[in-house]
Amino acid sequence: MTDVPSPQGWVRSEDAPRLPAPPNTTGPVGWMLTNLFSSPMNSVLTILGASFVIWIAWGVIDWALIRGVFTGEDREACVAVPNSGACWPYVWAKFHQFVYGFYPFDQRWRVNICFIVGAVTLATMAMPSLPYKKWNALFLLVVYPLMTFVLLTGGNLNLSSATIYFITGALLFSALVVPIAAFGIEEGIQRNKLALILAGIAVAIWLVSLFVSMPEINAFGGFISVATLINLLLLTAAAVLSIGHRASTRDIAARSALLGWVGAVSAIIAVLVLVTADFGLVQVETQQWGGLLVTLVVAVTGIVAALPLGILLALGRRSKMVVVRLFSIVFIEVWRGVPLITVLFMASIMLPLFLPEGTNFDKLLRALVGTALFSAAYMAETVRGGLQAIPRGQYEAAQALGLSYWRMMNLIVLPQALKIVIPGIVNAFISLFKDTTLVLIIGLFDLLGIINASFSDPKWVSPQTGTTGYFVAALMFWVFCFAMSRYSLFMERRLATGHKRRGI
Amino acid sequence: MTAVIDEARPQRVSAFNDPKIRSRVAQIIFLLLVLWLGYEIIHNTAVNLARLNKTFDYKFQFLWTTAGFDIIQRPIEYTRDSTYFRAILVGFLNTLIVAALGIFFATVIGFIIGIMRLSSNWVIAKIATGYVELIRNIPLLLQIFFWYAAVLKPLPGPKESVNFFDLAFLSNRGLVTLKFIWGEGSGYIVIAFILGVVGALAVGHWAKRRQERTGEQFHSFWAGLGLIIGLPLLAFLILGGPVTFEYPVFKGFNFVGGFTILPELIALVLALSIYTASFIAEIVRAGIMAVSHGQTEAAHSLGLRSQPTLRLVVIPQALRVIIPPLTSQYLNLTKNSSLAVAIAYPDLVAMGGVVNNQSGRAVEVVLIWMFIYLSLSLVTSAFMNWYNARVRLVER
Repeated sequence: MTDVPSPQGWVRSEDAPRLPAPPNTTGPVGWMLTNLFSSPMNSVLTILGASFVIWIAWGVIDWALIRGVFTGEDREACVAVPNSGACWPYVWAKFHQFVYGFYPFDQRWRVNICFIVGAVTLATMAMPSLPYKKWNALFLLVVYPLMTFVLLTGGNLNLSSATIYFITGALLFSALVVPIAAFGIEEGIQRNKLALILAGIAVAIWLVSLFVSMPEINAFGGFISVATLINLLLLTAAAVLSIGHRASTRDIAARSALLGWVGAVSAIIAVLVLVTADFGLVQVETQQWGGLLVTLVVAVTGIVAALPLGILLALGRRSKMVVVRLFSIVFIEVWRGVPLITVLFMASIMLPLFLPEGTNFDKLLRALVGTALFSAAYMAETVRGGLQAIPRGQYEAAQALGLSYWRMMNLIVLPQALKIVIPGIVNAFISLFKDTTLVLIIGLFDLLGIINASFSDPKWVSPQTGTTGYFVAALMFWVFCFAMSRYSLFMERRLATGHKRRGI
Repeated sequence: MTAVIDEARPQRVSAFNDPKIRSRVAQIIFLLLVLWLGYEIIHNTAVNLARLNKTFDYKFQFLWTTAGFDIIQRPIEYTRDSTYFRAILVGFLNTLIVAALGIFFATVIGFIIGIMRLSSNWVIAKIATGYVELIRNIPLLLQIFFWYAAVLKPLPGPKESVNFFDLAFLSNRGLVTLKFIWGEGSGYIVIAFILGVVGALAVGHWAKRRQERTGEQFHSFWAGLGLIIGLPLLAFLILGGPVTFEYPVFKGFNFVGGFTILPELIALVLALSIYTASFIAEIVRAGIMAVSHGQTEAAHSLGLRSQPTLRLVVIPQALRVIIPPLTSQYLNLTKNSSLAVAIAYPDLVAMGGVVNNQSGRAVEVVLIWMFIYLSLSLVTSAFMNWYNARVRLVER
């Protein structure tokens, strides 16, 4: 009924019935034929490859599970069985050490709190769909480091009276910025001449006191140099003048400048109070830290400190100011040109030489300074990549709107550039995380270091202890790094658009 | 009238708001800060050194004192009576040996894995992916320890060593293998080899010219290979075999004769090349992916088969993307070879460390390290810049 006879012959007027695809191109068989056995050569490769994988996998399973020893109290359990595989009792016995090092047993809850809070905030930060990113970042970058510092070390820092006077002076001095921030440099200076003169006298006295010793008097429950006393008085007067003058005006700019200053100063004071306050926590020396704790502390501190430094260096490298650009280039290239191990040696041997006599420096802190500077150079190059990816038009548009350099960077360029380089930052963190193992060479016990050290425990010496230990270390590092690299890939896909090629 | 003139005159900007002046002032302040910091560091170092009864040996005189320690791997003449300078030189050469071997093996493995990742064979591609994901997520130092302490050290002693056809013996003392003894007239073999290389290059050049002129192809690769291998072989036969081999023989407790490759070196080269290969594989893959698929299709439609397509169209374009990150991986490998110090392979850093321990010249040793590594990286980046300029896309 659908076939219509026509002069030209026969014309089909409806679709032919759809036939299923040939059976050897669909389903598992079709998939295998195209991906595994498309040619004799490919078939041979497939079989060879599959046998190789099975051989490796079987070797690992056989060693870890089938021949592995699971129970026992000491080395006897692992030595007794002939041709035994992995020595797991050793891992059970030492696992707490792998995580906490020699951190006092009854204080490990402090480490746990840091781990849990860090994991939760980092997870919420990493998920792009969750809100309050700004507050989360603020917590993660400011509050969390402080919290961990107090919790892990026990806080209760002792600041010398000289340091306290210096900080007080610096905070008072910073009040001079308020009128400048409110009215611009020119007007701000003119309105605040008296305070500036007072502050200038204070600075002059401070400079003189560096070379000439001044008499000391008894005040504030200790000895204080006359110069310091006069300086503090002068700076207080200058600060009162700067602030008092501004407070009287009802100008919005003046008020916001004042509020900003008060906020910054109270934040700094809060930090100082926090780290010096006695929370009743037992002091834990960093020599007792170890294992995963040290690995994470070094890696996280390294990256958190490297981020702002790296941004500044990247901006410096693209700056129009010759001196700044030259300095940034030299700094970045020197750190990137030398191996981390020499940087760590330098930090542990030479840093104490660089600092004024009597400055006592913790071994862990030295390593932290070294890694932070080292990764800052790498971070700078990552960030520079992001800055270069921002079209010129963005800079020009920002300048056309009359934004100053810092506002242009803060409001327009950096938010876009940093978003692009999130995968790069995660990758930098991965390599830093792996590189933290190097601190064992300067005598710190990170995860690998503590596992390495545990081999010499006579209670657990057996032919398989070493291999088992390295297996566990590799597994722990791998889990961390693999998870982060997946995250970096995920962000890359989220941020990137475009067409990519698959296969040769 | 005067009002017009006032408007026409450029407004005088106050000095505070002149961007030029502000930039200059900022730079001067920055420079002063940097100089002050530098002064502080140098001054503090001098004071601290003086406190420790030391001085900075700015002429590096200490390098000429007798070292008095042994080194387990000496590519050049070195004894206990040699100087610190010679010890550091030995360390530097050892670094170069590790780096060269590592770069060679890393490149070979990396290219194989990278191409495997793009294979249409699912199993092969997944093996390569597994390799990359496994190896690059485990710290290098851990891998060095693994090869050294968990694989090579538990090997049996020299007596029960693994025998490779009596040519090489693998034991916990390392790999003992044949030693070449260069006899009388063996210099001619080297000359023949050089001639072979030159001849191969000339043949390649001639074949290319002829193909451009006439379209006829010539298998210059096989001809060149024949020249490079054949000429030295011919020289060897004509001269009556001036090169002899010394076979390692087991005597008493250890091997006598032969050439020993230290387990430290094997572990280091293995770990470095396997680790770096995982990064090189990714670079190779990215490089090939960067060549647009249209290039392959165009080559196919011109009638090129897939092998010449790869060789003549895809790889030359991919190399442009591959070479710069590849050189920086080579540099990374060279820098990472400093981890040798962890398993006591006598490289530059390890030797510097020993010299520092003996002489107490920490500042000087660190400066030597930094100078050598910085020179290496500067040379590499100079090469990279030269190459980038050479292969840059020439656009109209």
